[in-house]
Amino acid sequence: MIRWLPRAWLMLIYGLLYVPIAVLVVFSFNDSRSGYTWGGLSLRWYETLFNNHAMVEAMWNSLWLALSAATVSTLIGGLTALALHRYRFRGKRVLNGMLFVVMMSPEIVLAISLLALFLLVGIQLGYVSLLLAHVTFCLPFVVITVMARLSGFDESLPEAARDLGASDFTMTRTVLIPVIMPALLAGWLLGFTLSLDDVVVSTFVSGPTYEILPLRIYSMVRVGLKPEVNALGTLLLVFSLVMLSLSQWILTRSKQ
Amino acid sequence: MSSIRQQPFRTAVLVLVWGWLLFLVLAPNLLVVGASVMTRDPGSFLSLPLNLDAYRQLMDPLYLDVFLHSLYMAAVTTLACLLIGYPFAWALSKVEKRRQLLLIFFLIVPFWTNSLVRTYALKLILATNGLINSALLSLGWIDEPVRMLYTEGAVIIGLVYLLLPFMILPLYSVFDDLREELVMASHDLGAGRFATFVHVIVPLTLPGVLAGVMLVLLPAMGLFFVPDILGGSRNLLVGNVIKNQFLDARNWPFGAAASIVLTLTMAVLMLAHRISKQRIGEEGSA
Repeated sequence: MIRWLPRAWLMLIYGLLYVPIAVLVVFSFNDSRSGYTWGGLSLRWYETLFNNHAMVEAMWNSLWLALSAATVSTLIGGLTALALHRYRFRGKRVLNGMLFVVMMSPEIVLAISLLALFLLVGIQLGYVSLLLAHVTFCLPFVVITVMARLSGFDESLPEAARDLGASDFTMTRTVLIPVIMPALLAGWLLGFTLSLDDVVVSTFVSGPTYEILPLRIYSMVRVGLKPEVNALGTLLLVFSLVMLSLSQWILTRSKQ
Repeated sequence: MSSIRQQPFRTAVLVLVWGWLLFLVLAPNLLVVGASVMTRDPGSFLSLPLNLDAYRQLMDPLYLDVFLHSLYMAAVTTLACLLIGYPFAWALSKVEKRRQLLLIFFLIVPFWTNSLVRTYALKLILATNGLINSALLSLGWIDEPVRMLYTEGAVIIGLVYLLLPFMILPLYSVFDDLREELVMASHDLGAGRFATFVHVIVPLTLPGVLAGVMLVLLPAMGLFFVPDILGGSRNLLVGNVIKNQFLDARNWPFGAAASIVLTLTMAVLMLAHRISKQRIGEEGSA
């Protein structure tokens, strides 16, 4: 086989993956009104973006939602991973299975099932329903991240702690939590990004009282071109890059 | 059995986790199953007489067409992802280890970036007065703009663009585990490149292929915002039908039945994945 072919394929596909993103970033600094033609450098769309009150409010709502969803799912997910790792209990396989199903099932299936639940139980669609939904779809990802960390862990440490008279809770707090800390942080960042990016589930479970960023963007891009979306996209890109780098850095540093 | 008093921490954790999953995963899914066999009610969404009308309605030519068209677009998307992703993952696994991590990082970056915004970026490129058309016009290769936006092709391009990493990552993981000795042994035993590919590499990477297919095919039927932005009203996905039925037409039984069909498709794919993995386990140990 030709030796350069695999590399050329890699480069071509990487190129195609990044073309739309590059276009977005370049056009976010475009001074032209039409959206398609280049009219010189300008920051006007960033200005338009931040002068849009509904947009800024949706941004804060989204940030707050992502922060709280990531935190709650890290807490519950971390504890779940510990329980799956440490304890034998009935229905462990069922629990594992349910987490797997949440991760694999199409988002839209999760979305309508949660909408049905919220309406039946009478949870008003807004911040609370969004939080419950986002925590649910972030949960399996946190569990997997933490489990991966625990699987390579020396079992003699927790046993030693128990032998020295530590209670289950004390042992978890002083031995296991420090060990899984990097995985918890990585899981938190993953949950944060998943929550910030979600469109499908949020479309179903959000109400008029709590507008979040992805839905705001959705209503903007459905009709025509909105150049300020380019600016917003660029900001979100930089934000994800920082978050992703941070989580990679935490994970690799902890391995050394 | 341990009592609550002996291990309060353990009990608290288990109650919390089980509570969450039963309330927010099991119960809602049972609700959807229930909703699919109930009758549509304009006031309270659902009412009692149990029946299979919703499933019958799925067979209505109008919806059946949408379903088949959506399935067709999802299948083409999956095939395209496989044809791009298989050689890509293979090539990636051959790159030296240090660089691999960086390359994977750059594969994940776009998919951590807001998917709506990325779909919108495609619109800038495909539109009638978009980048491709202006480039082709200024090069003189075409005389008038080619219509690319609001076509079936645009929806498929959008889906491939969003879902490609989900195909590549599981494939990369099977190629990474693929033992070079097996390939060499096959060559030593006299098999040519093609025979080695068909009899050694393909069977060993099959679980990755199926995992990738599962991760691409199902979302490719559900991501309703892609046709909304790129496809116009003719190229709908099952996801658009479910969304319209739930949020606009308020026909819950029908939306629920459509979603159950999606879930069943997922179950079949998961089963196929399991079987292929077990087969390899047996062959490997034999």
